[in-house]
Amino acid sequence: MTGLADYAIRAILMIPLGSALLLAVLPGYRLTARLNVLAAMLSFGAALVLLIGGRPEPGAYLLVDDLNIVFIVLGTLVGFTTSIFSASYIQHELDTGRLTPGYLRFYHAMYQALMFGMNLALLANNIGLMWVAIELATLTTVLMVGIYRTHEALEAAWKYFILGSVGIALALFGTILVYMAAHPVIGQGQDAMIWSVLIRHAADFDPSLLNLAFIFLLLGYGTKVGLAPLHAWLPDAHAEGPTPISAVLSGLLLNVALYAVLRFKLLLAANPEALAPGPLMVTMGLVSLVFASFMLYRRRDIKRLFAYSSIEHMGIIAFAFGMGGPLANFAGLLHMVLHSLTKSAIFFAVGHVAQVKGTQKMADIGGLTVSHPWLGWGLVIGVVAIAGLPPLGLFMTEFLIVTSTFARQPWLAIPLVLGLLIALGALFLRLNSVAFGPVRGDVAPAQASYVPMYLHLALVLTAGIYLPPPLVEWFRHVAAILG
Amino acid sequence: MDRLAFDIAHMLAGGLVLVSFMMLYQDRLYALLNIFALHALVLAASVGWQAHMQDAPHLYVTAGIAFVFKGIVIPVALHRMIQRLGIHREVETVIGVGPTMLAGMGLVALSIAVMLQVTEGADPLAREDLAFALAVVLLGLLMMVTRRNAVSQVVGFMSLENGLVLAATGASGMPLVVEISVAFSILIAFIVIGIFLFRIRERFDTVDVSALDRHRGERQ
Repeated sequence: MTGLADYAIRAILMIPLGSALLLAVLPGYRLTARLNVLAAMLSFGAALVLLIGGRPEPGAYLLVDDLNIVFIVLGTLVGFTTSIFSASYIQHELDTGRLTPGYLRFYHAMYQALMFGMNLALLANNIGLMWVAIELATLTTVLMVGIYRTHEALEAAWKYFILGSVGIALALFGTILVYMAAHPVIGQGQDAMIWSVLIRHAADFDPSLLNLAFIFLLLGYGTKVGLAPLHAWLPDAHAEGPTPISAVLSGLLLNVALYAVLRFKLLLAANPEALAPGPLMVTMGLVSLVFASFMLYRRRDIKRLFAYSSIEHMGIIAFAFGMGGPLANFAGLLHMVLHSLTKSAIFFAVGHVAQVKGTQKMADIGGLTVSHPWLGWGLVIGVVAIAGLPPLGLFMTEFLIVTSTFARQPWLAIPLVLGLLIALGALFLRLNSVAFGPVRGDVAPAQASYVPMYLHLALVLTAGIYLPPPLVEWFRHVAAILG
Repeated sequence: MDRLAFDIAHMLAGGLVLVSFMMLYQDRLYALLNIFALHALVLAASVGWQAHMQDAPHLYVTAGIAFVFKGIVIPVALHRMIQRLGIHREVETVIGVGPTMLAGMGLVALSIAVMLQVTEGADPLAREDLAFALAVVLLGLLMMVTRRNAVSQVVGFMSLENGLVLAATGASGMPLVVEISVAFSILIAFIVIGIFLFRIRERFDTVDVSALDRHRGERQ
């Protein structure tokens, strides 16, 4: 069995890497777009094999355990569906001349390089390797955000670049501090950077050094998660890049950075003397949630609106993991999965809407459910889901988070519920003018593939109505690991 | 002999902090680049000395990268870029030199107070190295905050990164140091090429980042 898993790990890493190199040299739009979909599909297949194929022994560099397998399956699934959306989206960009074939080749190569970086970061057992992989993922997204080379796109890419670089620099300092803490206990060299070794010895580490390390890591990787004081790059990067990249950023990259924070949180939790990481994450999560909810009201650009909504949801997830305990962790994990699916579905819809209407300004978009029923209703379902209304899955997870907070820290539930309600109001205010009312903007039919969008929404709906017991069991187990 | 080795390491790390301070008050881009080259040279010397002391030959590679890439290639490339962009006369700080220096001193005091307190158990050399490294990192951040010009922000980022390399080499026996310094060099190369390829000058008529703010997508 483990032999199979070894092959699967190799496939998850080598397929994106190999296809990135291949796509960089192959000409022709149709071929490369299809190859991109094929590579993403094969990676997803390999992740599924890994899911059922047992857990190999952790090596010096790579690790598969019950925690990261959730992220890997989710990541490759969203990577796969986004590549399908990307194929139809890019066709339009090519027709309108916003992208040239040369840039397109670059785009596809970067897409797979991003997948490689994210899979490597998730699989890494070595905290140095994890850092390098996250840096790689950041670089590729910077390049893709700036791909249109307009004023706005360049500004967004530059801002993302500088803030992202500072974030990963701080994360590296934190990584070095973790090594310094481990060094007296484990000894010099490789072993003191291997996560599975670190966690076994974490109880003996110097607690004050570990605390300092975690603060740097939380600030560093937190920049990439988009938590509140460090979120400035996120709305620009989402709004100005190609929409498939917005979907991957919100759906995947934020999760990968959060995963890194969770890994180090576990390290801290294993040391009885170290400070409790929970309150820090709870504070940052709540600040992000409330801040982003208010910011939702002032948005005029539809992609920015949903970018702020991503900050809001990352805040909720960080809050849930910060609260800890089996119920909040379970809800946080499920919320993360469902948010990824919903938000990428929304971006699929928004991408086609912006292409049809030729604008991202919400003032120029109206009556979508009349002019483009498939897109319009998809967007409506997506927004209903993201606002946390029943019967969709995010209602259940938000409900679980709120009830577990009420049971344990009632006064913390007040800002939480307030933030959720404020966000709900803002989203419906905007949705009303965009999806209903008089038709504004172009009414030409959209050339879109609706399959990825409705697939995601169907999954989110199913999760809200019925969760299969094995899935619940699996997530409950992961929640228990998270402590 | 041991004492002397310790003092030399100390002096080089302290020198890096001092050069970071020198960068804070440069008001000409060319001068800033020269000081940055000096920064990289001091770093290379410091890393080389650590390699000698720890008997870790792979650190010589890191020292070599610092010397060749950051001490020579990057400053020369930026120098030519500034010339071609015709912005060699400008560096504007957001706040004045006096407050910046005071803030810098505060940051150095903070990092020494924090690090020495936290790392009481650690080996004294690594401990003080780390305190200096944190000071260099914070001064780099301060420089990025107080400058508006894209080129000097990049210089600030690179000095920050030098502090990280100092920290990584100070943690004795840390694996992947070479790989991390290579990864960082790639990142920096990307930034520099980025400035050049994006031709911020052509598109915006200035490399002043505040000019970019005008083009925010949020406008009606």
